[in-house]
Amino acid sequence: MNVLVILVPCSLILGLGALVAFVWTLKNDQYSDPDGDAHRILLDDD
Amino acid sequence: MTVASCPGCVAAGPVAEGAGRDAGLPTHELILPGIHCAACIRSVEGLLNTRTDIAAARVNLSRKRVAITAEPGLDPSPWIAALAEIGFEAHEARDAGRHAQDDGLTMRLGVAGFAMMNVMLLSVAVWSGATDATRDFFHWIAAAISLPAAVYCAQPFFWSAWSVLRVRRLNMDVPISLAILLACGLSLYETTQGGEHAYFDAALSLTFFLLGGRVLEKRMRQAARSAAADLAALEPLRVTRLEGDKRVTVAVDEVAAGDTLWLAAGSRVPVDGVLDSTGAQVDRSALTGESDEIAVAQGEALTAGEVVLTGPVTMHTTVAAKGSTLRRLIQIAAQAEGARSRYTSLADRAGAIYAPLVHGLSFAAFVGWSVATGDWYNALKIAIATLIITCPCALGLAVPAVATVATGRLFRMGLLVKSETALERLAEVDTIVLDKTGTLSAAALVPPATMQDDARSVLKALAQASAHPLSRSVLPLFKSVTPAKLEQVSEHRGNGVSGVWQGTEVRFGNAAWAGVGQGTVLRIGDVHHLLERREQVFDDADETLVRLRAMGLEVHMLTGDSAQNASRVAAELGVDHVHAEVDPEAKQDLIEALQADGRKVVMVGDGLNDTLALTRAWASMAPGNALEASQNAADVVLLGQHLSGIPDAIGIARSARRRILENFGLAACYNAVAIPLALAGFASPLMAALAMSTSSITVTVNALRTKAKT
Repeated sequence: MNVLVILVPCSLILGLGALVAFVWTLKNDQYSDPDGDAHRILLDDD
Repeated sequence: MTVASCPGCVAAGPVAEGAGRDAGLPTHELILPGIHCAACIRSVEGLLNTRTDIAAARVNLSRKRVAITAEPGLDPSPWIAALAEIGFEAHEARDAGRHAQDDGLTMRLGVAGFAMMNVMLLSVAVWSGATDATRDFFHWIAAAISLPAAVYCAQPFFWSAWSVLRVRRLNMDVPISLAILLACGLSLYETTQGGEHAYFDAALSLTFFLLGGRVLEKRMRQAARSAAADLAALEPLRVTRLEGDKRVTVAVDEVAAGDTLWLAAGSRVPVDGVLDSTGAQVDRSALTGESDEIAVAQGEALTAGEVVLTGPVTMHTTVAAKGSTLRRLIQIAAQAEGARSRYTSLADRAGAIYAPLVHGLSFAAFVGWSVATGDWYNALKIAIATLIITCPCALGLAVPAVATVATGRLFRMGLLVKSETALERLAEVDTIVLDKTGTLSAAALVPPATMQDDARSVLKALAQASAHPLSRSVLPLFKSVTPAKLEQVSEHRGNGVSGVWQGTEVRFGNAAWAGVGQGTVLRIGDVHHLLERREQVFDDADETLVRLRAMGLEVHMLTGDSAQNASRVAAELGVDHVHAEVDPEAKQDLIEALQADGRKVVMVGDGLNDTLALTRAWASMAPGNALEASQNAADVVLLGQHLSGIPDAIGIARSARRRILENFGLAACYNAVAIPLALAGFASPLMAALAMSTSSITVTVNALRTKAKT
């Protein structure tokens, strides 16, 4: 069962990483204009 | 518009959106109804960002707006003019800076999702057979994640439950909150005792599913509301004031009594006043429902909301903008305590039945098991398990899931649902009252029946190029006509539109300017066609009324216009119940009289004279070209001139109501199985998790079946 000592923190850290990434996208206004972002990828200058 | 006067406040403001990231908060917002692609974004941003008076501009394609950072309080009309030159229609937004708040719901959803996934991972291990120290260890980690997560994520439910409990009522959030709190509490106690069953995953998945439903519903409703607000912004915010010889553009709110205003032909009178020019024709239909144009002589009164058909004219105001008739009506509409505040939503009614039922059952389980076995701790566990397993998840999702699907379907069809209970009320109506002028018919220029097809296509092309309401009134009659290709199209203010078609000069407008005939003419080379201003029934009105009758609705027509005009339109459409020459108060009384007979009335109207009736009716709709006051009063706004949206909206509302009731039925079925098991003491966390997920999915899938066809 010693493997749990490594695996449980691993899964928690991975989960936390995803949460932090989500919070970052939220704070960074990445959900305010989904249509615009889909089209902006076609622009060269941005 | 909120304008921060102190630059320090701007710099210290909250997180900036879009363009604000590098150049401070946006100060202005323009609505761009026509943008749709990457090239549009580049053109608009390219144009605005090269201007010296703009620090930054960023387009938001989803909201069809551009946020501009510039000097606060700057007049945006030059930008609007510049955008018009490159082919983009733009309007100033009234609510710039006031952004849609989501109350941190999305963040809570994210946190709940993270916590649920991790706890579920640990729970699966426990269900698979982890025992003793390992199981306790997993329970402790789950507790460490769940408790803070539940406290943070479930706050919207707690607050809502607390606010109704304080006034001694019950809603759906009461059993939800109780289930979350008790699941966490019981699980924590079990964990400290090294017990077998912990329900942390149940508490979190309940929170996650319900938050998901709320976030989706809120987003959908916000999209509809902000589209409705954008529509209202089409009305001018600024007017042209004459100061000596100068024409100055000012905000409507700054107009004071005694100011002299300059109005272009086709514009709406912004403030009550008196005509200074020698004479003008006005369209008063928005105020009284009269379809005929009215001649106003010099010195006679003009009321805010009327449209000046000839012009340009000058007028001087008799009141300040804040005291105008238009503003007063907008206030009445905003304050009116209409049917919507007296209506209890289906979700609240279900909650009021469901909550006492499950609370009673679990209390009975507690008493029963205590008396039977004498083991009060075990009895308490069974009681709480009952409360968790009768989880209100399916019931909590039953309404939002359907509301989201229905509002979304209607939104894509061009119907904006503004009020939360509008669909439920709309599903119950059995009588429809339609205003005549502006809703079923409009005064329009009618081309002679002998006009050739190519002349019609030229007329459509010219009419499309014009901003004058009279020219544009031709368009609804010409829906099936393809506009001709014209060159050198230009609008001559107050006179008409001209262009070149296949080498021939074409003109559409006032006869004196076109050079032939009398009244309004279309001139193609040497040939001319006379157009008559007549009241014309919209071409989809007939079909719409047929569909409404087929749905079992009794159709009434209501108008402030003369009995003669009313009966002519009624005969054309086959309406049985006609009420003509009614003033706004009489309209309201009529609606109330119908409702006193036990009928549920949906009122459809566009004019200011309909505003009171709209607020009184059980449900209400307004066409998209209605004045702001009427749109504010209405539950549903129909975009464009599509009457067919009315039966569609009622059809979807009825379908939505059926789906909601079915969802309640599904939730009840599932509880009929789960409750006896829980009462018997067989409930386990695994069972709770399975039941919760399957019931939520069933309810959501059923919601997707909402459609217009009945």
